[in-house]
Amino acid sequence: MSELSPTPEYSLDDNAFREQNPMAEFLRMERMPHIWCPGCGIGTVVTSFAEAIKAGGYDMDKIAVVSGIGCTGRVAGYVKFDSFHTTHGRAIPFATGLKLANPELKVVVISGDGDLTSIGGNHLIHAARRNMDMTVICVNNFTYGMTGGQVTPTTPTSANASTTPYGNTEPAFSLPFLVDAAGATYVARWTSLHARNITKSIGEAMKHRGFSFIEVISPCTTLYQRRNRLGDGVSAMEYYREDGEIQHGADTRTVDIGYQGKIAMGKFVDRPRDTYLDAVVKHLTSVIGDDYELYGKTPMEKKAEEEARKSAAGKGESADICEDGC
Amino acid sequence: MAEFPKIVSADPKGVLTGRHFMDGDHALAEGALAAGCRFFAGYPITPSTETAERFAERCPEVGGLFIQMEDEIASITANVGAVWGGKKVMTVTSGPGFSLMMETFGLAAMMEVPMVIADVQRGGPSTGLPTLTAQQDMMQVRWGSHGDYRIIALVPDSPQECFDLAVEAFNLSEIYRVPVFIMTDETVGHMHEKVVIPPAEEIKVVERNWYTGPKEEYRPYKFDGKHGAPMVKAGDGYRFHSTGLTHDERGYPALTAEDNKKLLTHLIQKIDNNADKIIRVEESGLEDADIVVVSYGITSRIAIRAVQVAREQGLKVGFLRLITVWPFCENKIRELAGRVKAIVVPELNYGQIVLEVERAAAGKCKVISVNSCGGAVHDPEEILTAIMEGAK
Repeated sequence: MSELSPTPEYSLDDNAFREQNPMAEFLRMERMPHIWCPGCGIGTVVTSFAEAIKAGGYDMDKIAVVSGIGCTGRVAGYVKFDSFHTTHGRAIPFATGLKLANPELKVVVISGDGDLTSIGGNHLIHAARRNMDMTVICVNNFTYGMTGGQVTPTTPTSANASTTPYGNTEPAFSLPFLVDAAGATYVARWTSLHARNITKSIGEAMKHRGFSFIEVISPCTTLYQRRNRLGDGVSAMEYYREDGEIQHGADTRTVDIGYQGKIAMGKFVDRPRDTYLDAVVKHLTSVIGDDYELYGKTPMEKKAEEEARKSAAGKGESADICEDGC
Repeated sequence: MAEFPKIVSADPKGVLTGRHFMDGDHALAEGALAAGCRFFAGYPITPSTETAERFAERCPEVGGLFIQMEDEIASITANVGAVWGGKKVMTVTSGPGFSLMMETFGLAAMMEVPMVIADVQRGGPSTGLPTLTAQQDMMQVRWGSHGDYRIIALVPDSPQECFDLAVEAFNLSEIYRVPVFIMTDETVGHMHEKVVIPPAEEIKVVERNWYTGPKEEYRPYKFDGKHGAPMVKAGDGYRFHSTGLTHDERGYPALTAEDNKKLLTHLIQKIDNNADKIIRVEESGLEDADIVVVSYGITSRIAIRAVQVAREQGLKVGFLRLITVWPFCENKIRELAGRVKAIVVPELNYGQIVLEVERAAAGKCKVISVNSCGGAVHDPEEILTAIMEGAK
């Protein structure tokens, strides 16, 4: 057995940990340490995201990350891409505007369950319906972490939260079913234990044209785990290992998660459909003609160019010389 | 240092040069297109919808994109995103939608995003009078989002001015990196009048202040209280960060009282210190006036009739029309209050901008409010009665 190298000793004043982090090129190391609690799964998702980008060979200048508000909402502030930390629930419409204004961008939304599915729920289903070309990574820890452990639309029935101190009586959204029904064209779910699978799914989702959605079940050790007496981060990993079941291609109607119940995982949906922009450009080209270009030259301009070219050709080389002889 | 602001002629493909018979809502869309706006995320609401419809129709031929979002919150937020995608953007709405957008106006102010929003005002509160005129959102536009910040608000009194001020609103937003509001109303929005759109080369447009320096020195913000820092767009390779949290000049969260002071002072001073450059008014007969009627937007067109009648009766009445309502022309009002007997303020609300007039007048002259509950413009008689009262 080979010997482990000794753990380097760092202090917060020491920049060594910034330089030595294997993900340093993807992170704003000058902003470390981050705010997330020990045992939280958000860091795993960020690492998987960075791994996926590394593996995918993307032009990192063309990746934009958008987050909403909350613990996961802080991701945008730590990743070294063009990154935006927006208002609560509005990461998806912000990302929509960003993508449509600059279609060459790969836009990735990383946010939490409260942000994306409660206050931002309407935007989630409409972006899925439009098949807006973006990847949405939802870190689902069943709770509002930043505000202290309140119930969310994904909190399992009967679980305890600070605003349901006698237990949650509401049914939870099954997110893969929700976004599948709304029109998402790539849907996957993993837990934060399954880091390699998350990486692979993020890679696929970013290559997928259209609205791709990845749910990552992730522990909130400080609030959800503690309040429900579910132990620490390691206990959560044990639960995910025991009760996580890979069911690629499962019917999304069957993948809801009960309180500490089985977690169906895998790629549930992967189907082609025109993205919002593809549909717009295709349709307008059929209506207006091949001259149509999004943000491009107008038919009038093209006609003028064409005429200029014809008249230049008619006059021969002299067309290059202006009347002043300059 | 690069030339600032960089003023160029309008891109001809957005300019519908000619003499038109057009309503104010359509003129707003044409003004935006002339100013270089190429992205519009909107949501229908009476009486502003015609602007969105016009933009949707004109977009493909101009080379722009219109998207109808799922609600007003989404539409304003998509516009903020599109600014960081490199486009000039606008949206329009009316009272209820304006209320929904408020939180994001704060984000736009905080991120220092140049954008234009038109509020075609209708009677409120709540659903109120969807098809009838009002000027009831004049304080909301100034104070509606939480926290301290500044915005610019312009008020057109005609379809022609909807076109002209749309261009000006875009120019101001680019110079100061601030959301600029066009506070029109149902009457101006639906009124058809002659609108002259000049040739593109006569329309002066402020280009976005693109950053051109070395990549490693780029900072998305500069808290100098002067104007907006140069911008880049996502995808240009700067890999920058922007947040609605209190931040430093790198755009990184910086969450102390001291950080907030640096940021807020800048947001406030860049407008306050340039108020004289920003503020535009129209005035007549102020030189020897005993009484001044201060009005804005559609109400000015009623007020001017009352002023004419009063002058015919031998009263020395001046006319001051606020084209820029925010920042407020307090120096002008202060100067007038020191030498006139009374200031009469008609407006289509229960007394909003009159509060600013009273503040600036500081008791030096009478201030008479001619308020209204909205739904219809004033009768000139009402304003004339107030002028008579002021003359007593």
